[in-house]
Amino acid sequence: MNDKKKKRIGVFVCHCGINIAGTVDVKKAAKELSKHKNVAHAEDYVYMCSDPGQKLISDTIKEKNLDGVVVACCSPSLHESTFRGTSEEAGLNPYQCEIANIREQCSWVHKDKQRATSKAITISNSIVEKVLRNQSLEPISVPLTKRAMVIGGGIGGIQAALDIANGGHEVILVEKSPSIGGHMIQLSETFPTLDCSQCIMTPKMVEVSKHPNIKLMTYSEVQDVSGYVGNFKVKILKKPTYVDPDACTLCDECTKVCPVVTSNEFDQGLTGRKAIYVPFPQAIPATYTIDAEACPGFLPIACGKCAEVCEPNAINFDMKPETVEEEVGAIVVATGYDLYSQKNLKEYGGGQYPDVLDGLQFERLLSASGPTQGKILRPSDHKEPKEVVFVQCAGSRDPELHCAYCSKICCMYTAKHAMLYKHHVQDGQPYIFYIDIRSGGKDYEEFVQRAVEDDGVVYIRGKVSKIFEEDGKVKVWGVDTLTGKDIQVDADMVVLAMALRPSGGAGELAKILKMAMDKDGFLSEAHPKLRPVESVTSGMFLAGAAQAPKDIPEVVAQSSGAASKVLAMFSSDELHHDPIVAEVDEDVCSGCKMCIRVCPYDARVYDEEKGVVTVNEVLCEGCGACIVACPSGATQQKNFSDDQINSMIDSIL
Amino acid sequence: MAKFEPKIIAFACNWCTSAGADLAGTSRMKYQPNSTIIRVMCSSRVDPQHILRAFKQGADGVFVGGCHPGDCHYLTGNYNTLRRVKLLKKMMQDMGIDPQRLQLEWVSAAEGQKFVQVINEFTDKIRKLGALNLSKETSN
Repeated sequence: MNDKKKKRIGVFVCHCGINIAGTVDVKKAAKELSKHKNVAHAEDYVYMCSDPGQKLISDTIKEKNLDGVVVACCSPSLHESTFRGTSEEAGLNPYQCEIANIREQCSWVHKDKQRATSKAITISNSIVEKVLRNQSLEPISVPLTKRAMVIGGGIGGIQAALDIANGGHEVILVEKSPSIGGHMIQLSETFPTLDCSQCIMTPKMVEVSKHPNIKLMTYSEVQDVSGYVGNFKVKILKKPTYVDPDACTLCDECTKVCPVVTSNEFDQGLTGRKAIYVPFPQAIPATYTIDAEACPGFLPIACGKCAEVCEPNAINFDMKPETVEEEVGAIVVATGYDLYSQKNLKEYGGGQYPDVLDGLQFERLLSASGPTQGKILRPSDHKEPKEVVFVQCAGSRDPELHCAYCSKICCMYTAKHAMLYKHHVQDGQPYIFYIDIRSGGKDYEEFVQRAVEDDGVVYIRGKVSKIFEEDGKVKVWGVDTLTGKDIQVDADMVVLAMALRPSGGAGELAKILKMAMDKDGFLSEAHPKLRPVESVTSGMFLAGAAQAPKDIPEVVAQSSGAASKVLAMFSSDELHHDPIVAEVDEDVCSGCKMCIRVCPYDARVYDEEKGVVTVNEVLCEGCGACIVACPSGATQQKNFSDDQINSMIDSIL
Repeated sequence: MAKFEPKIIAFACNWCTSAGADLAGTSRMKYQPNSTIIRVMCSSRVDPQHILRAFKQGADGVFVGGCHPGDCHYLTGNYNTLRRVKLLKKMMQDMGIDPQRLQLEWVSAAEGQKFVQVINEFTDKIRKLGALNLSKETSN
């Protein structure tokens, strides 16, 4: 029934207990709404979303032979799908059911009962006008490619890739650096259990490398993504490593002759590495990479020593970047974090003092595989520091100058750092400057207490104002805000718990993926409470610290969550897409192509033969921008037509 | 004479401004009841002709709310809205309707407080401007 004159609408006004009925006279509203000539039935009920409430709607649809339903209740974001389901069960097309939002947008925001009641009636009447003109629609079926791409090879990406692969689907895992492992492989021990980070990480890395469903692409970057949920086309740039991994025997002769020493990123710059290198002993894939920026070998006259000593001839300076095209149905983004640079904290030395380290550098000092084999030594003179100051919130929780947000993991890892320092240097004294301690998490608070009680860590509540080097000491000036006294510590070493930032390049990647970012550059989730692993772009999911700072168990949980979303999507053979798309009256369309220019999804196609523009319903997301651009009114959005919007305006006024 | 209560149509996009208005409700913030929301999927669905129709039918003010630039659910929809509203405001001047009667704001799903603030400020502004008397305003 699409003849609006004869359409019979039922209006169901929900009390929502007193949430609506406390401010809106629901009986009066139902009575007023029943006066509309197309309203065949209007009724109020205490909880429409309850089983009896839904039964009331479904029975009335059948009894009164309704062609449309308006439920005046809470936001459509909550119960639109409930009541559309109810309508469908009663034999009505679900798109003939609409919500009038009289709770969030009326009863909860107004006090005056009379005016709130009249506004609730106005809102509901406008929705009646909309439903009168609604078309019966069917969801659009979209084919689905059951392969996934995971971007980022840290613990988040690894977990997501393994879960999807174990679910029986192919995964392409793309990592920009030469090895997977991310930041977790750099860590010494993990709080609160003091598990060896590498010991729990490397089995997962090995599982990735051996998994038949995972195609690992390291030293690769996503260049372009087109298409839509279920059917993305991605272009991945495989950077040349200049070493053939199949030929390389890992004999290590090349690094012995390489004359170039450059900063070792795995050790956070605390050591050097050669221009030809394996990032770390357990790297996956286990192969060498030539750092093209550091290597002089690209001018063969200048060098080429590694190639000379390479017996299997694995080194090839002519290797070229390669672009690989893949088709995937879903994308998980797990690009992780980087630390806020010390250069931003001029008051703490801006990174110029060798004995002022950031948290990851200290992890490398603590690590048995680190530059000092796990001995705590000052980088400047290799002496054991006897007094170490740890500064929390370095760059975090500072809306004026740095990052406004809490970086979340620093309270815990600083407690761990101080504790481990004490384990290594038993006559040493750790101090921690903190704003407050945030130790929410299983066994976290107990861990902090253990640092204080068992390991004698001195916590000083206050901010550090200045750090500078003098007479071989790192002087820390701060204030103890509990006693109000100035504090000066002549420390041997300082560790700054730097804020977490989205990883470098995440912003460009978000643009390529057309994913939304928040004000700090972290990726935005579709809903902060209820859709934390989905992005606003359907088919793209978020995992780990790319979304916000989080610790390892949270990253793993979110990554498994993202993987389960992907697996749920892959469990059906086709996808369904909201049918509120644009349609074209081909008799009216002049083929001016104005709509093509405003369409962000390339869903508008010019049909040369007919001389008109058509809509690819699979690509159309239903924004309606093209409707407004059309100068002849030849195109309309299904169930958001001009006629509908105009009649809603008329009805409200 | 009864106190003048402005009539306002507020177009709100589904993903940001309508969700921001929902948040204002969930947080039990209060604002003046003069505006009625018409939810559209994207602010770029709002046609200047809808706005003019609202004025013609007796609206004293029209509010359009979209996602912040760069955050549009439909990527670039709100840039269309921005251009269209700017152009329409110029045309309103020519038509003799005070362009202040049309307001575009970016309100995200997290900005319940901002929604309340901009709606209250806009309502106060329209109350100050008085009822839109089309025949009188356009004859000037």
